[in-house]
Amino acid sequence: MSDYLQALSEAFGVSGDERAVRKIVLDAIKDHAEDIHIDALGSVTALKRGTGTPAVRVMLAAHMDEVGFMVTGIDSNGMLRFTNVGGIDERILPGLRVRVGANALPGAILWTPIHKNRDQNVVKMSNLRIDIGANSQSAAESKVKPGDRVAFDSEFTEITDRIVRGKAFDDRVGCALLIDVLRGGPYPVDVLAAFTVQEEIGLRGALAAAQRLEPDIAIALEGTTAHDVIDPDANPDDLTRPNPGCKLAHGPVLTIMDRSMIVPPHLVRFLRETAESNDIPYQIKTALGGGTDAGSIHTSNAGIPSAVISMPCRYIHAPRALLHRDDYANTLRLIQAALNALTPGVIAPATTL
Amino acid sequence: MFELIKKLTEAWGPSGYEHRVREIIADEVRDLCDEMRVDGLGNLICRVGSGGKKVMIAAHMDEIGVMANYTEPETGYLRFANIGGLIYTTLHGNRVQFEDGAIGVIGAHDAFGKGRTSANGVDQFYIDVQTENGSVAREGQPASFWREAQQRGNRVIAKALDDRIGCVVAIEAMRKLNKQTPHEVYFVFTVQEEVGIRGAKAAAYGVAPDIGIALDVTATGDEIHNRKMAVRLGGGAAIKVHDTSLIVPPAVVNWMVNIAEADSIPYQRELLVGGGTDGGAIQVARAGVPTGCISIPTRFLHTTSETVDLGDVQACVDLLAGLLSNPIEL
Repeated sequence: MSDYLQALSEAFGVSGDERAVRKIVLDAIKDHAEDIHIDALGSVTALKRGTGTPAVRVMLAAHMDEVGFMVTGIDSNGMLRFTNVGGIDERILPGLRVRVGANALPGAILWTPIHKNRDQNVVKMSNLRIDIGANSQSAAESKVKPGDRVAFDSEFTEITDRIVRGKAFDDRVGCALLIDVLRGGPYPVDVLAAFTVQEEIGLRGALAAAQRLEPDIAIALEGTTAHDVIDPDANPDDLTRPNPGCKLAHGPVLTIMDRSMIVPPHLVRFLRETAESNDIPYQIKTALGGGTDAGSIHTSNAGIPSAVISMPCRYIHAPRALLHRDDYANTLRLIQAALNALTPGVIAPATTL
Repeated sequence: MFELIKKLTEAWGPSGYEHRVREIIADEVRDLCDEMRVDGLGNLICRVGSGGKKVMIAAHMDEIGVMANYTEPETGYLRFANIGGLIYTTLHGNRVQFEDGAIGVIGAHDAFGKGRTSANGVDQFYIDVQTENGSVAREGQPASFWREAQQRGNRVIAKALDDRIGCVVAIEAMRKLNKQTPHEVYFVFTVQEEVGIRGAKAAAYGVAPDIGIALDVTATGDEIHNRKMAVRLGGGAAIKVHDTSLIVPPAVVNWMVNIAEADSIPYQRELLVGGGTDGGAIQVARAGVPTGCISIPTRFLHTTSETVDLGDVQACVDLLAGLLSNPIEL
């Protein structure tokens, strides 16, 4: 699997401060692409020139940022108030291990022990604090400032020979795939790689990157929710409960539609046929939750036909996600097979009268 | 005009899958424009005339619908996600049509119990699209609602009048202009309005107009216990003053009102609370575009029995043709 996934997963890069991830990306691609550029928002773009003439310009987007928190204030007792950056379920917060600020200070989100805590209701984020061991406001202020980012504190672990666990697979796994795409090849198409910023708070970096790159077609590379676990709100014995989505170890996931876009049917067909002709297992995602960078890319400029290829990951937007090595290998194979098969004719059906 | 309305409203085209509607419209307007192309998202862009002001007219081709996303393992029923804003009380027993023509029927959980009075999520419904040999559709396939168009006096009742009636207004205005206009007019039949005004955003960037006009349906204030608003069915073309997505510049409103009065076209001012149109995306394209909207008053929006008045539709056609036949000074 990727040589970079562990470093990428363990790097702290909450939306708006993706520096640590960017450094890893730049180091990994520097000898494998040209026109490496950091744009005004912080996204990294790079070109891997194609062998075809003229080469189709394919934008591949993976976002560097992860969900996390931001310090919003410091109480008189040295506890840190915070808010979320990106979508995080309040139910996972109590007792959570976190890292605060550029120096990655270890901290924990406070929780009162069960002796005092009979009420089983979810506690609002605004009622929780981060404890960094400071016993006064001034002690905390010497280490932390409002605006500092806070990330999940979670190491990358191989829990079986096939499954790894870590944070931020959404979307460091996309970054790892994109690095491997650049380090592989060459392809007949021009690959316009975009390692984007601020996806989790509104698909922002990808918009600016797409406007500058002006691709012919775009594919977002994502780590997406594998739904093959029990829905916490459902009766686990009720098998009629709808539970659409994708499964771990069932191959790359093709999006038909999500909250940010509808993938053009001819591009879905192209990706399905590419997978089938290369004997790559794949699955369809039609669960409507979430969006991807392709959501802001496809409506940018005068309209860019766009698709999404995702890897199934369990427990994303939480400190410990799981992914399967076979899914990584098959997703990379599908991306590379698609790049090798992409011709102007693949894009044309959308624009033919 | 009813024949064209029937053909367009009965066409299959949920958001993201507008290709059939595009084919029908392309055939209809091929001889009414100077140039025609389709952009990367599927918007059909038709130019009429040159010189003068560059005007973009937008009517959306897509309609609300459903996307099958899960097959029940035990029963073979399909679960689905919404495409656009569904009204849950209209779903039980309603018919949907898949691209190959297969008709499905939507069922509600506990239809004679709780489902009778409340439904708060799309996961409380399912689609039966089974034959004696099992389901003939599967996850990943979209469907639109199905109902045939009918006429009652001067009123037309059909699905997808939102916004095929806007497409009709554009087509009939093109017919009336017969390629004669002092302006460079782009009639754009847009995609994916119902899922977030996506097609018009890209089209407006591509066209780069000086002025924008959206053509879309608006609600009426003459239904019982619904939002109070001044628009009524049969009251003429609705000239938008504002909605949730767009505050029409007063100069644009006045331009439309002046033409309506000069040509004795019945009109009413429209202020819509809750709702937007392609105009919302056009106005913020590039460095900003003064944008207005001509709305067609429509009862029972987002149901299979949307209702318009043909007199209102004709007023919209006349107003649009009038706007494009005269010099424009904003």
